[in-house]
Amino acid sequence: MTKLTLGPIAYHWSAEARSDFYARIADEAPVDEVYLGEVICSKRAPFHEAELPATIERLERAGKRVILSTLAEVMLKRERKATEDLAEIDAPEIEINNAAGLFARGRRPHRIGPFMNAYNEATIGWMAAQGATHVCLPSEMPAPAIAVAARAARELGLGVEVQVFGRVSLAVSARCYHARAHGRTKDNCQFVCEEDPDGMPLRSRDEQPILRVNGIQTQSESYLDLLPETPQLVADSVTHLRLMPQRVDMVAVAQVFRDAVDGRLSMGEADARLAALSGDARLSNGFYHGAAGYRRIAMAAPS
Amino acid sequence: MSIHADVNTRPPGPGRTAAARLACVLIQPFLSRVVRRTAARHPSLFARLGPHQTTDFLIDPVELPFALHLRPDPEALVFRAVPRDAAPHTGAVIRGRFLLLLELVDSEQDGDAAFFSRDLEVSGDTEAVVRLRNALDDIDGSLAEETAAMFGAPGRAMLARLRRAYLNDTKGQECI
Amino acid sequence: MMSLAELICPAGTPAALRVAVDAGADAVYCGFQDATNARNFPGLNFTPDELAASVVYAHAHGTKVLLALNTYPPAGKLDLWRHAADTGARLGVDAFIVADMGVADYIAHTHPQVRLHLSVQAAASSPEAIRYYCESFGVKRVVLPRILTIPEIRQIRKEIPCEIETFIFGNHGLMVEGRCSLTNYLTGQSTNMDGVCSPASDVEYVRDADGSMSSQLAGFTIDRFGPDEKAGYPTICKGRYTAPHRPEGYYAFEEPVSLNLSRLLPELIEAGVHAFKIEGRQRSKSYVRGVVRAFRAAVDDIKAGRKANIADLLALTEGQKQTQGAFETKKWR
Repeated sequence: MTKLTLGPIAYHWSAEARSDFYARIADEAPVDEVYLGEVICSKRAPFHEAELPATIERLERAGKRVILSTLAEVMLKRERKATEDLAEIDAPEIEINNAAGLFARGRRPHRIGPFMNAYNEATIGWMAAQGATHVCLPSEMPAPAIAVAARAARELGLGVEVQVFGRVSLAVSARCYHARAHGRTKDNCQFVCEEDPDGMPLRSRDEQPILRVNGIQTQSESYLDLLPETPQLVADSVTHLRLMPQRVDMVAVAQVFRDAVDGRLSMGEADARLAALSGDARLSNGFYHGAAGYRRIAMAAPS
Repeated sequence: MSIHADVNTRPPGPGRTAAARLACVLIQPFLSRVVRRTAARHPSLFARLGPHQTTDFLIDPVELPFALHLRPDPEALVFRAVPRDAAPHTGAVIRGRFLLLLELVDSEQDGDAAFFSRDLEVSGDTEAVVRLRNALDDIDGSLAEETAAMFGAPGRAMLARLRRAYLNDTKGQECI
Repeated sequence: MMSLAELICPAGTPAALRVAVDAGADAVYCGFQDATNARNFPGLNFTPDELAASVVYAHAHGTKVLLALNTYPPAGKLDLWRHAADTGARLGVDAFIVADMGVADYIAHTHPQVRLHLSVQAAASSPEAIRYYCESFGVKRVVLPRILTIPEIRQIRKEIPCEIETFIFGNHGLMVEGRCSLTNYLTGQSTNMDGVCSPASDVEYVRDADGSMSSQLAGFTIDRFGPDEKAGYPTICKGRYTAPHRPEGYYAFEEPVSLNLSRLLPELIEAGVHAFKIEGRQRSKSYVRGVVRAFRAAVDDIKAGRKANIADLLALTEGQKQTQGAFETKKWR
């Protein structure tokens, strides 16, 4: 059965907001697996590390499988140390987002995160031989490549995951763009990114909403929505569908996906509900269809 | 004020238009020879142009009385002088001072740098311009020298004079 | 390992390659006319025949040729990359510059006699990440991301078994290379999979009545320059945007600016950097000639114990502004 997962929170939500969020996810959301941990900015990690054991326990008690994600960018001493420490953990599972993590983990089992650029069957084959048990494909991959990669990964016994909801990570940098917007540097950021729990919007010179800034990360303005594409993804051997936490009712979002995937809700009705839940955010699926990522392409033959 | 803005805001008078037409007629045999010879000597140029062999380019040397229409189609080469007010609608326009354009063709100057400094203006199909630039950049030696040499000693002397005039002119500009 | 201070120079065309060789490049880097390299730009790069002749020319002058295979093949299209590697090996290139693990693994097994360099597109920015590639694929050199300070480079040098190459001049990439889908988000063409960044086919410059110019990418106006304002590349990361706190519009990521580390050369050599990369395969022969000559003279001066006299390269820089970026201070971050 296709599993629904909840990706790691990309933003600097307060410890309290995170606790409340995961309590509700544990109690109400029909997701099977939850990724925890700070992936974007190592400076934020101390704010919620203390809560982590309780959150893991809470989610596991509710029957969710928990996976800890490592940082996408590893450069500073504290980032190297954090990656090394996570790589030592045997349970829960870990998802690696940087080659430094692969080095530390060696051949012990691990998941491959979306920042690892597992674009093709040769790379996935290499990773599987090094102990990878599961791979999350890059969000910009088009359908034909997803199909080939997913089939190859399944043949090697790997789980295959694709992001199907939420803002897409478009870039990461060594520079903090939240700090820059406020005339500060990364070392002196005063955690101004906390003010934007769904990212800081950027508009182009001609006033079109275009991107979101989240610390060192640049995200899509639109929410990715591959709900109409899920039957094809499942047919192409994708085993896990990832929902990225946004500032919307994520329990309801998960419910819509679960019901649609299980055939309890028509695609048309499910997609309309998802659009309503997403509020002002526009929905997009261009990457999947080989078009500009921000575009919304109608499925040729809805199934 | 930059020189291209100056040229573009000056309305063409009737006398100027007639002079431009005459200049076009006079220079045409020269242009035809240049382009035929270049095409014959540097056939690899067309491969780099790819689908833009059939694109029409308007090369606009701002201080000359006319512009140049280029269609680098090996089957039917076009390189002709056209009065600005009668210039055809083209896929791409490249605008700058004549000797800057000449130096770009010869890789004496860097196109990106001239673009950054706003001395070079590009509009229309950007890919066509990039392909033309890369095609010309892959030519060894100097197209200007080759062209001047076609006309013997007088040709070379004229090129040298043009270059001196350009140098003096750009120096003068910096003082303004 | 002693620093050799090799100069690694860009070649977008065979003519540019000859110019770089003649100007004193220790090595040139180049790519084929397809998605296998990250400068897959219209009218640029080499056919196999052109590469064959270029390798002969370079080797006759004692210059190495490095072939960039530094993009990420999407599943189902690997053959293009494998074929490019086979062709490069047959033509006698001195090293492959790679990013994708599958491509690295293929070359390590199929062409073990050819050196592997780890592209900046692999974004290996820690000793552990670099060691992963060295131990897995026998990588001999890493091209470091442009985000590290000199003390950080010095520290990495102590902890890795391979040579270090850093950028010293040219386009100043802001985003972690190999992790950027900005172009694909607006245009449908991918930097990682197709080798393009702000493809010319999606760029349009629009001249406004007052003499100002708008840079448009796929219909989005990503910058507008006043009549006398210096311009930059039409890339998303160099555009101006508005944010709730910045209604006036600002360079959200970076200003149009070029990296120029000429003044830091002695320190970088002392830190143990083996090779210095000049960016700009998309630039003209004029740029290649000017920059390679200037850095050749500077490196020779430093090696001979003289004070380097760096020619002024400002005119060739983007926005006609230069920076030492992260190399000088971590305040840049």
